[in-house]
Amino acid sequence: MSVDEGTVRRVAKLARLRLIEAEVAPLARELSGILAWVEQLGELDVSDVPPMTGVGASLKRRADQVTEGGLAEEVLRNAPHAEDGFFTVPKVVE
Amino acid sequence: MTTKHHPHETGARLIRGATGDWEIVLGLEVHAQVSSKAKLFSGASTEFGAEPNAQVSFVDAAFPGMLPVINEYCVEQAVRTGIGLKAAINLRSVFDRKNYFYPDLPSGYQISQYKSPIVGEGAVTIDLPDGSTRTVGIERLHLEQDAGKSIHDMHPRYSYVDLNRSGVALMEIVTRPDMRSSEEAAAFIRKLRAILRYLGTCDGNMEEGSMRADVNVSVRRPGAALGTRCEIKNVNSIRFVQQAIEYEARRQVDLIEDGGKVEQETRLFDTKTGTTRTMRSKEEAHDYRYFPDPDLLPLELDAAYVEAIRESLPELPDEKKERFVAEYGLSAYDAGVLAAERETAAFFESVASGRDAKLAANWVTGDFFAALNKAGLDITASPVSAGQLGALIDLISDGTISGRIAKEVFEILFTSGGDPRAIVEERGLRQVTDTGAIEAAVEAIISANPDKVAEYREKPKLMGWFVGQVMKETGGKANPQAVNEILKRKLDG
Amino acid sequence: MSALTDLSLDEARKGLARKDFSARELTRACLDRIAAATPLNGFITVAAERALAMADAADARLSAGEGGLLEGVPLAVKDLFCTQGVLTTAGSHILDGFVPPYESTVTANLWRAGAVLLGKTNLDEFAMGSSNETSYYGPAVSPWRAAGSEERLVPGGSSGGSAVAVAARLAAGALGTDTGGSIRQPAALTGTVGLKPTYGRCSRWGIVAFASSLDQAGPMTRTVTDAALLLRAMAGHDPKDSTSVNRPVPDYVKALDGGLKGLKVGLPKEYRADGMSPEIEALWARGADWLRAQGAEVREVSLPRTRYALAAYYIIAPAEASSNLARYDGVRFGLRVPGRDPTEMYENTRGEGFGTEVKRRILIGTYALSAGYYDAYYARAQKVRTLIARDFEAAFETVDVLLTPTTPGPAFGIGAKTNDPLTMYLNDVFTVTVNLAGLPGISVPAGLDASGLPLGLQLIGKPFAEDELLRVAARLEEAAGFSARPQEWWTA
Ligand SMILES: [Mg+2]
Ligand SMILES: [Zn+2]
Repeated sequence: MSVDEGTVRRVAKLARLRLIEAEVAPLARELSGILAWVEQLGELDVSDVPPMTGVGASLKRRADQVTEGGLAEEVLRNAPHAEDGFFTVPKVVE
Repeated sequence: MTTKHHPHETGARLIRGATGDWEIVLGLEVHAQVSSKAKLFSGASTEFGAEPNAQVSFVDAAFPGMLPVINEYCVEQAVRTGIGLKAAINLRSVFDRKNYFYPDLPSGYQISQYKSPIVGEGAVTIDLPDGSTRTVGIERLHLEQDAGKSIHDMHPRYSYVDLNRSGVALMEIVTRPDMRSSEEAAAFIRKLRAILRYLGTCDGNMEEGSMRADVNVSVRRPGAALGTRCEIKNVNSIRFVQQAIEYEARRQVDLIEDGGKVEQETRLFDTKTGTTRTMRSKEEAHDYRYFPDPDLLPLELDAAYVEAIRESLPELPDEKKERFVAEYGLSAYDAGVLAAERETAAFFESVASGRDAKLAANWVTGDFFAALNKAGLDITASPVSAGQLGALIDLISDGTISGRIAKEVFEILFTSGGDPRAIVEERGLRQVTDTGAIEAAVEAIISANPDKVAEYREKPKLMGWFVGQVMKETGGKANPQAVNEILKRKLDG
Repeated sequence: MSALTDLSLDEARKGLARKDFSARELTRACLDRIAAATPLNGFITVAAERALAMADAADARLSAGEGGLLEGVPLAVKDLFCTQGVLTTAGSHILDGFVPPYESTVTANLWRAGAVLLGKTNLDEFAMGSSNETSYYGPAVSPWRAAGSEERLVPGGSSGGSAVAVAARLAAGALGTDTGGSIRQPAALTGTVGLKPTYGRCSRWGIVAFASSLDQAGPMTRTVTDAALLLRAMAGHDPKDSTSVNRPVPDYVKALDGGLKGLKVGLPKEYRADGMSPEIEALWARGADWLRAQGAEVREVSLPRTRYALAAYYIIAPAEASSNLARYDGVRFGLRVPGRDPTEMYENTRGEGFGTEVKRRILIGTYALSAGYYDAYYARAQKVRTLIARDFEAAFETVDVLLTPTTPGPAFGIGAKTNDPLTMYLNDVFTVTVNLAGLPGISVPAGLDASGLPLGLQLIGKPFAEDELLRVAARLEEAAGFSARPQEWWTA
């Protein structure tokens, strides 16, 4: 699978990664290389094979009890910017 | 608004366009908040109205290294709801990540269920105003996390983010495109809400956001293939759902009739203008990159667990309605009204117990509901208890008071409380059944109104006037049956 | 007293208990040695004051006769574990200034056992790398040099700083994490012991996630006994991690005793493929002989889908990472690079905050999960993963443990493989299968190559059979008698 520069830009947009122009061509080349190498997985017949989703036995469950919260200050302490008890982002235009 | 708008057609099963009739096709995705104390994957509280970010764990804020652990109560409520929706419960379901970036989605993904939801196909019977019913298919119910909240009007340059709702458990209930009018959509939401409240799995409080609907609207010529649909996101009242559907269906009809094409898109309902518009932030095509959440294993339930929940289910509105018809001989309409809310049904049954059920139904749906409505009170806050109303009905049944006086006594009960029998006694409202006293009143009126007596010979309809006079004379306490009999005898005799 | 830092973890523990020296003395010795080892760039943060305070507390408990399993033992912790009140970077610019308000379960377990935190070690950014060269804080440098060369070598990765700390005797032991070989590969390249436990054996709670279905914390030490001790303190069920397993933790140290009579050891023949170097092949054969000499029965087994493991890994790990790393958006913690709207702020923050290798993997992962490609890449890789796990299950029907080389070769020069990601990925060829199948694996130092650089052998065990794995590793360790140590070129 060959990945062109347009695809790199589109995927970078989806992943919210600003790329500098000089990064795009090498990334396209590297991604193409990696994906071409991954193509070998096509050699295996996996038609009746279930995907491995998670390792382990049964899903752990928790009781419906309030055990956390009341930590607004700690939750906000690492924020690069916070005001009035809120996290902030540049204004969203709906 | 275009000139082609015909507001009088709202709610009709077909809408008229310039070139003929159109059918609206509706599907709903309802997000119902699970009534749990803690969130779906963390131990933070779900209580409404807290200080910003006060109900946020490090899991809800997606701090590095934080991991989700599922709340067993939420699982149980989803199963419970699934059974209440007559749906298939999937003994194996999978939690997936739905990936997208948004300020109120801290982890950059929502944990939801995509390919393997916990609940499969089911059905809901909706009750329409004309007394008829329709079945709306349920496609699925899945568990997912709610997002936080962005507030855009508190700062000139920033949007504020409050994560209190982040991670709250939601049940997303998806219908088949089985509804054909805004009325039906409204009836569906009402019925779903009733079922959820009966089950106790969601409080159904739309003002606090415990229930929100995404509405899928398309139009087509009757019987034609499905048209392109638009999804109107997050509508938070039944009235708005109806308005949104009516506006959107009309918009689509007009668009098509003007030679345009409906684009599949997500739209927002503007409650101020009653219109829908394209969501700008959703312009970019979405690619959610769903995949099974590797922090969670598949959710496996055993059949015995599901059966135990099934056993514990209360009687639901439809069954209750049927029983009210069969057991009490109520009309389907009255039975439906009384069964719509668990509290109303319980109130009614308590009033009807050992009494004339039809009379009880008339009183509950009549004067009682009217008084609650007027006072803006919920049945749980009613100043008149089922016991009091029952006692009042007993007074009617044993002939102590007339229906008219009963209305008076009810007013007193509603405003000042008390024991109905005591009120009747204290205020001397007891019905006069003493024929002597009535006879005297009748004779007095006949002798005072010879002209009316003569007139009565020509026009027997005047009987009503005589009855009224006698009632006036006796302060309304005379037994109407006795009054009628005596008047008839004296006038005709 | 200059030899305090030469003590193994077990020796240090026993010396502390006997009051031969205090925890403060031992911790001070480690801190001094760390301070003298800056050319190795093994640590991102040295928590000197805190370490001494923890040591004093340990001394108090030791005097009161209340010492825990690791009382007073100074440890280095990979900077991927969140440590309350101590900067945690994941080797990335994007976590700039992040001080966790919580402690990871595994480190909390260690402190409860009395251990002392020396500091946070260097690593590949978000654990993505096999050489520690992708760290925002610069490469960690191996204490080892090839004979007659002054070339700076990689310590392996991603737990490179932890390997450096152990190999250069800056700490009695260290914590690493292993997603595709990140404990075992650096252990092999630095002549140390590295154990990746069974998936679910140690809690992942509080460890910055790379690939959730593969990540597992483990010990890095100078001896197998030390690894057993550390694992015993780290392991256990954690109700906060849905994938952590509720099983008793055996006494791994006790389990070390015992011979290999009757043990069946498998040599997977597919590992011989792809032009294995004669040196590695000889080492592997020697390892088999050592086990055979102690009564084990060695036979060839087949893991036919082995050759597909690396490709499956390089879809699954980036896919999970692309989602796990979406939370680094400049809103709640770490770096924020402004923008006109949230999208622009995200792009600026993530574009500047992530290094090249992380961006590369996020892009691969995003691509592999995106509409139209999911089935061809991610779903297929997960099915291949099932096949790889089945290969191991089948092999373990006939043998008890597997013996393989840990790496295809010795440490390489810094910068030697950075131009081609694929060449770098091949470092993990012998280790990733173990992560894909969720099995325990351990690398034991087994010898030196012709240029005097360490090489390791890997043992792979059945799920939750760490006790057996450690016992075999201990016998392998004895037979190998690895006693080489790097010359201390870095202390001028
Ligand atoms: Mg939806
Ligand atoms: Zn939803």
